[in-house]
Amino acid sequence: MDLKEKLLSSFMAFEERVDVHSELHDVRTEAIKNFEDKGFPTKKDEAWKYTSLNAILKNDFTVFPKQDTAIEFNQVKKYFLHEVDTYKVVFIDGVFSSHLSSTTHDGIDVCLMSSALNKPKYKMVIDTYFNQIVNKEESLTSLNTAFANEGAYINIPKSKVADKPIEIMYFSTGNEAALMVQPRNLVIVGENSHVQIIERHQSLTENPVLTNSVTEIFAQKRAIVDYYKIQNDSLKANLIDNTYVSQKQESHVSVHTFSFGGNLTRNNLNFYHFGERLTSTLNGITIIGEKQHVDHYTLVKHSTPNCESFQDYKGIYSDSSTGVFNGKVYVEKEAQKTNAFQKSNNILLSDKATINAKPQLEIFADDVKCSHGCTVGQLDETAMFYMQARGIPKKEAKALLMYAFSNSVIENIKIPELKQRITKIIATKLGVKLGFDL
Amino acid sequence: MLSIKNLHASIGDKEILKGINLEVKAGEVHAIMGPNGAGKSTLASIIAGNETYEVTEGEIALDGEDLSDLAPEERAHKGVFLSFQYPVEIPGVSVTNFIRTAINETRKANGKEEMPANEMLKVIREKSELLEIDRKFLSRSLNEGFSGGEKKRNEIFQMAMLEPKLAILDETDSGLDIDALRIVANGVNKLKSDKNAIVVITHYQRLLDYIVPDFVHVLYNGKIVKSGGKELAHELEEKGYDWIKQEQEA
Repeated sequence: MDLKEKLLSSFMAFEERVDVHSELHDVRTEAIKNFEDKGFPTKKDEAWKYTSLNAILKNDFTVFPKQDTAIEFNQVKKYFLHEVDTYKVVFIDGVFSSHLSSTTHDGIDVCLMSSALNKPKYKMVIDTYFNQIVNKEESLTSLNTAFANEGAYINIPKSKVADKPIEIMYFSTGNEAALMVQPRNLVIVGENSHVQIIERHQSLTENPVLTNSVTEIFAQKRAIVDYYKIQNDSLKANLIDNTYVSQKQESHVSVHTFSFGGNLTRNNLNFYHFGERLTSTLNGITIIGEKQHVDHYTLVKHSTPNCESFQDYKGIYSDSSTGVFNGKVYVEKEAQKTNAFQKSNNILLSDKATINAKPQLEIFADDVKCSHGCTVGQLDETAMFYMQARGIPKKEAKALLMYAFSNSVIENIKIPELKQRITKIIATKLGVKLGFDL
Repeated sequence: MLSIKNLHASIGDKEILKGINLEVKAGEVHAIMGPNGAGKSTLASIIAGNETYEVTEGEIALDGEDLSDLAPEERAHKGVFLSFQYPVEIPGVSVTNFIRTAINETRKANGKEEMPANEMLKVIREKSELLEIDRKFLSRSLNEGFSGGEKKRNEIFQMAMLEPKLAILDETDSGLDIDALRIVANGVNKLKSDKNAIVVITHYQRLLDYIVPDFVHVLYNGKIVKSGGKELAHELEEKGYDWIKQEQEA
């Protein structure tokens, strides 16, 4: 049985298992139908031209893991931002771990999607927001919706600043020979509120994992949301991340994606505008090697006047790794005075590495400032010579240059401990130990 | 200290250096002058080990040791320093961290321990005062957004920190106003000793009023066509390079 059939037949069993109210049942049924019609995307789909799921889909993935696994905090401490106190919503093989988590209902809600979906007191919020900003035509998002049951639920009411960052963590333990998980996160940030969120998927073994995740983020008027995705997974882990952001007037939402590992990573990042004078920031650093593949597929839909969007993606590719940057900026006729900027800069460190960069600008308004720039290059020889001439060996010089190359994105990390962590991961990735912390 | 014999070098099919001979002894200051395109910067770059150029003939030796097969960093570890005409910007890496890395890598290569942090700070303070560099400047990203003058001053600051045996200053005067020029030159003069040597590469005589050379060489069309004392620089300033060109073509 192939994975699609397996999922379709599992759907019935799943619906029986979870106790859901009827509206949700309708949503799920509609979603599974769309997935059934469209199936998994193939290279024939324009949006998946450079990324093939074929090899991954051959794995015999378990869709519902059988047993709960306990992990001790010390085993996985290093994956958390442990230098500072954080809220934690932690899942092991798709199942919530109360042991590792630190949730709250004190002023803000940081808890489980399953409670939010099932408890009557959340019904109004779920009806208002759940599945409202996603692209209902997109088959993988539909697949997630059909099985949506667990994930993080974050609701920051009006005029609140979340007092510490929130970490959403998904571990897979390898208890199953191959595991497919479909987390579903919902983030609602009220008027004038502020939150910082870090999301990470981490496989703890070499068993294959396929994660098909959907996150919906709603930023109300003047809300500030800083969202960080750390993708530094094992070579057998595959991630399809579908993130949808809805912004109201004067809100600031930034999503930073750090793609440092995994076998295949696909980031579908979509921003939709519902108010004026708001700002969207999409930043990314990709540093991969071996046969790893990272595909950034971004969409910013400017529908309202006087808004800004900034995209800054840096990629460093070695060995036979492949990268894709497909950035679409859509400016509707009404969206006058739009400022939309997009940059994708890439360095290829090997003859076998490839990057496919495809900026797409569709502009229907006439009074806008839009720009895009893609570069693909090698390391700057003059800069290398400069550092070597000061006594810095080639390897370290290379690392410094790559760090400098990524710096415009690193500088934008608002949590100092996270910034340190990211630079440390980069230094490790580049295989250097410098006399100072980058 | 530095001994260059019959040095030929090319980039692609183009021969740029066509047989350079130069002897520099410890304690000496040499100036290399010449019109644009004569090969001055190429020579500087090749001594420091730039692999863009191919050395086709001849040799460069430092204290009797052939440098030909050494990478740029290995030459630096042996005491060669090149002050760049166009220093490179490195965002995110502060001046202090950069120089610390350079010093400790050099010490490591020479079998020495890393310089203790407090000593490093002390030396940094000392040398930055010498070049009248503001402390705030040291925590800025290397060369990023620096003015031309700041870049050059920072080059000489690094030279002061690294204390090279042989310092080659490539067009250090370009982009400097008169005050910055004086500060830079003053810094260089204070670093001068009977154990090191300095090669100043310049188009104009101006810098040589401050850093007074023992010898002046004129590089033209890939060769040193004239050598003399410091008065040669004045002669060039008066007559221009056409005089050399005419002499050569005659």
